[in-house]
Amino acid sequence: MSENHMKLGPQVGITLPEPKQRSGLAFSPELTSILLAILAVVGIVLILTLLSGADTGLLGELLKWTPFMAQGFALNVAISLFAIVFGTIGGVFLGMGQLAPRGWISAPSKILTQIFRNAPWLVLLFYCIFLIPFQVRIGGETYTISNWLRASIGFTIPIVANFSEIVRGALQSIPSGQWEAARSLGYTWRQTVLSVVLPQCIKRMLPPWMNLYAILLMATPLASIVGVEESMTNARTALQAEADGRLLLPLYAYLLSWFFIYCYPIARISKSLEDRFAVR
Amino acid sequence: MTDSGKNGAFIKIHDIYKSFKGVPVLRGVSLEIAKGDVVCIIGPSGSGKSTILRCVNALTPVDQGFIQVGDIQVTSRDLNMVALCHRVGMVFQQYNLFPHKTVLQNLTMAPIQVLKQPRAEVTERACALLDKVRLGNKADAYPGELSGGQQQRVAIARALCMQPEVILFDEVTAALDPEMVGEVLSVIREIARDGMTCMIVTHEMGFAREAANQMYFTDGGVIVESGAPDAFFSNPKDERTRSFLSKVL
Repeated sequence: MSENHMKLGPQVGITLPEPKQRSGLAFSPELTSILLAILAVVGIVLILTLLSGADTGLLGELLKWTPFMAQGFALNVAISLFAIVFGTIGGVFLGMGQLAPRGWISAPSKILTQIFRNAPWLVLLFYCIFLIPFQVRIGGETYTISNWLRASIGFTIPIVANFSEIVRGALQSIPSGQWEAARSLGYTWRQTVLSVVLPQCIKRMLPPWMNLYAILLMATPLASIVGVEESMTNARTALQAEADGRLLLPLYAYLLSWFFIYCYPIARISKSLEDRFAVR
Repeated sequence: MTDSGKNGAFIKIHDIYKSFKGVPVLRGVSLEIAKGDVVCIIGPSGSGKSTILRCVNALTPVDQGFIQVGDIQVTSRDLNMVALCHRVGMVFQQYNLFPHKTVLQNLTMAPIQVLKQPRAEVTERACALLDKVRLGNKADAYPGELSGGQQQRVAIARALCMQPEVILFDEVTAALDPEMVGEVLSVIREIARDGMTCMIVTHEMGFAREAANQMYFTDGGVIVESGAPDAFFSNPKDERTRSFLSKVL
């Protein structure tokens, strides 16, 4: 009875689920599942290591190579952050451009979005690595564009295109009455998007944006193919240096666990945000 | 047929045509409204009455004909939207408040951002208007926290905050629960009494009869009949007006 009554009540904004009564540990279900998953992964890595080498020497080798691999992983994170920051900025403009009332803006925006959304990331990466010059001269100064920077630009392009579609979808999900109200108050199209429509979309765009970021991070090892010294490259280097076949499985599992530990919380949080915003 | 008041026509609508995807909605509508007039447009749904309002503030471009509000040519190619919105306010059936802004911000954002008026002055005016629509205590609430009637009164205050010379009301009570219709209508009545020029599309016949000084009946994209409310309601001349009134009264 009381539950029914609550459902009939006015739905104001976003209703948060009522906190459950808990005794003892005050962990939210999200946090608990994230911690459990991380523990499981660490366990798997340990078991694989112990199974691969009965002596504990392998564990020592893993630890020895950890700083070197961490250096590479930091580069994965750096590439992903570069690409998400500039990809988001570019995606907002390209997404707005797709809906622009002027055809000479909207048509190219749509075409660019579709081309780069439907292109393999690796191909875009190759283009950027080989087409962006290794050095540029600006006003007498010579700047070197390092490999990882060119790779970052390569990842930025598909992010721009994918986020452009997220922005377009979100903008279109806002009822036409909002556009008309803004228009009747004298807002230009651009002002309407920036002050009225886009701010209402941020909540809606957040979960797919976080998903996109997680996918991006997991794609960054592609950069090893074009010679960027990120974690995957470093793992291979470590394997070659040790020349120990038993290390293969544990080392890659170890690397996988890092990606998982970094990405899984993002995926969980974006899922829970999605569930929360689904209440309308 | 036309009603040009003492001061001459403020809004001139001359022979406008509009069709949507080949379906004609307006087929030669002309009317003139003097400053301070309260005009009610009634008619069956699909008769084009809302489209007339939307043409007046350029939300819908006309196919043919011309519209003038004060000295602004609404149908001209180089229409200055900002100048028009300073003249013409609009209130919608679905309120269309901005849900991510507070009530006060809903009122102040357009005058500040579009008309570039100083914030302090706008805020002061907005607060006075909220008091006028009896929502002074809701300034910091979000639209989602208000009832339909309260939201519609905020929407009216938002339109007033642009200091327009005419306000268009597009079936503003149609989406409301019956018990909230009265509070909205009484606000409109007050605004009209203060001398605001109003174009009202409505299904509230009692309200129209009492508030309007000119009635228009549209059907099939044309104005079938017009006149002062008393004569219009008690002695309609056209057969279509009679049959419509007999259905709704």
